[in-house]
Amino acid sequence: MISETTLARFAREVAKYPAEQKQSAVMACLAIVQQEQGFISDASEAALAVYLDMPQIAVHEVTTFYNMYNQAPVGKYKLNVCTNLPCLLRDGGKALEYLEKKLGIAMGGTTADGMFTLQQCECLGACADAPVMLVNDRSMCSFMSDDKLDQLVDSLRSAEGQA
Amino acid sequence: MKAVQVLSQFQAAGLETCFHGRHIDPQIYAGLDGSNWGIDAYIQRGGYQAVRTMLGADGAAALTSDQVIATVKESGLRGRGGAGFPTGLKWSFMPRQFPGQKYLVCNSDEGEPGTCKDRDILMYNPHSVIEGMIIAAYAMGISVGYNYIHGEIFQVYERFEAALEEARRAGYLGSKLLGSNFSFELHAHHGFGAYICGEETALLESLEGKKGQPRFKPPFPASFGLYGKPTTINNTETFAAVPWIIRNGGAAYLACGKPNNGGTKIYSVSGDVELPGNYEVPMGTPFAKLLELAGGVRKGRQLKAVIPGGSSSPVLPASIMMECTLDYDSISKAGSMLGSGAVIVMDDSRCMVESLKRLSYFYMHESCGQCTPCREGTGWLWRLVDRIHRGEGRPADMDVLDDVAANIMGRTICALGDAAAMPVRAMLKHFRHEFEAMIPKTNPRTSASA
Repeated sequence: MISETTLARFAREVAKYPAEQKQSAVMACLAIVQQEQGFISDASEAALAVYLDMPQIAVHEVTTFYNMYNQAPVGKYKLNVCTNLPCLLRDGGKALEYLEKKLGIAMGGTTADGMFTLQQCECLGACADAPVMLVNDRSMCSFMSDDKLDQLVDSLRSAEGQA
Repeated sequence: MKAVQVLSQFQAAGLETCFHGRHIDPQIYAGLDGSNWGIDAYIQRGGYQAVRTMLGADGAAALTSDQVIATVKESGLRGRGGAGFPTGLKWSFMPRQFPGQKYLVCNSDEGEPGTCKDRDILMYNPHSVIEGMIIAAYAMGISVGYNYIHGEIFQVYERFEAALEEARRAGYLGSKLLGSNFSFELHAHHGFGAYICGEETALLESLEGKKGQPRFKPPFPASFGLYGKPTTINNTETFAAVPWIIRNGGAAYLACGKPNNGGTKIYSVSGDVELPGNYEVPMGTPFAKLLELAGGVRKGRQLKAVIPGGSSSPVLPASIMMECTLDYDSISKAGSMLGSGAVIVMDDSRCMVESLKRLSYFYMHESCGQCTPCREGTGWLWRLVDRIHRGEGRPADMDVLDDVAANIMGRTICALGDAAAMPVRAMLKHFRHEFEAMIPKTNPRTSASA
């Protein structure tokens, strides 16, 4: 079941493309599903396939081809730290290690309270801001020194009432 | 404090990368401060004047599409996405009398490691891209366009959508623009994490809602592009350069660069410099000058090497790079590429084996899997470099590395294969000794039997 508000968001994306090319909206619709539900379930893919009039496997191909779609549930905050070469030269790798220690999880893992998932990622396109990380696909955080990483994690915890 | 507010505190404001005042004769980044991205401020800076002139909105005769293309050809503008193809020539390839729909696409899928210039254009001067696309659409008789924006820069996508809304309300997008017979609608489309979609035919596949796997060329997009229709694709910075050219003339643009290399170019300087950021300077500016603008090598160290055009371009040692000027022809003569203008600087403390290992991992991760030499070869390259870096390399690995790279080059549908192979070959050419030094001198039987 897709809610009315979600359908309105989908419709706005579909309207960008020719009527017979609704499939073009699949990436944006999947991103909306992920923002609302945290990950892309089989059920969501099935519903979207019907909505966009495309085979379910074609939706699944998109989910699995692009790096940012979560194919399984993740923590409330997904932290993606860039460690590609330009970032590596400016402590991107150290930022990832620092977060591993601070959160007590290894890269790819999720904290026991379900609050944070930590992932390495490829170029975010913000190389001059290194170290950079992307939070929940939509918020770029720049110049993330150890101090700022502390601030970010602690502030998010207190925003969630866990301080 | 709410989570949204927490996260907004860490969003860059562009002070370090764009509003630092260390550009030289900027055109695209001129006069920006972060708050003046909107349409009113853009018009105050002379924005949309080129479109008004082109459409004859202020009384004078409208320009013909031939006149627009001739001006862009005269300017010497070359594609800013990496390939450096002459823009006016590309535009002239579009079929004029095609009876069906044609499309214009902006490639803002900026994911070439080292590059972050288009992000600042779209965030702080989005209307320059919109205006450039309107001009291109008019010149080629196109009524619909899409701007494909890198999925990771979602805030930039939202900014561009806001700018599109402003342009629609002001009558610069929509039907019968400014009372002319020309109509153009433009939409934003975001990616969601796939380096390969920066390749233009993969981008088209992605725009069609599919996996981003490149298409075999020919046919080229000008005859078979988006939804199988004639399509022209240009980079963000290329479109952003166009309004200035129409306002000031092709000759003026060419004059601020050097022959065959017109205009200004934005370089994203990253890595071991004091002041990483985007720098807009005239084509042909010496590399040494750019390094100086970026504050020089970090902590007073010595320059070791530079990757001059994004991670796919061959690395150049300091001695060669310091003699280069920044334009397509000079860098190409030195054995590399200007590419996307991403200048990755490495100081004398850097291990080239480790650097190549990280790049090789990237290409393995981002290979779309379609062509065997790339799908299998990129993994092979990474395993070899990783083994050498762990001190477990074998003497024959040097030749195998070179051989695998050579067998990827030119044997794949798109340029990602070449992009993975070129850094390897350049690293072996210029820094072979570092790789050899990490390989244990094994095979004792050779010395015993000698």
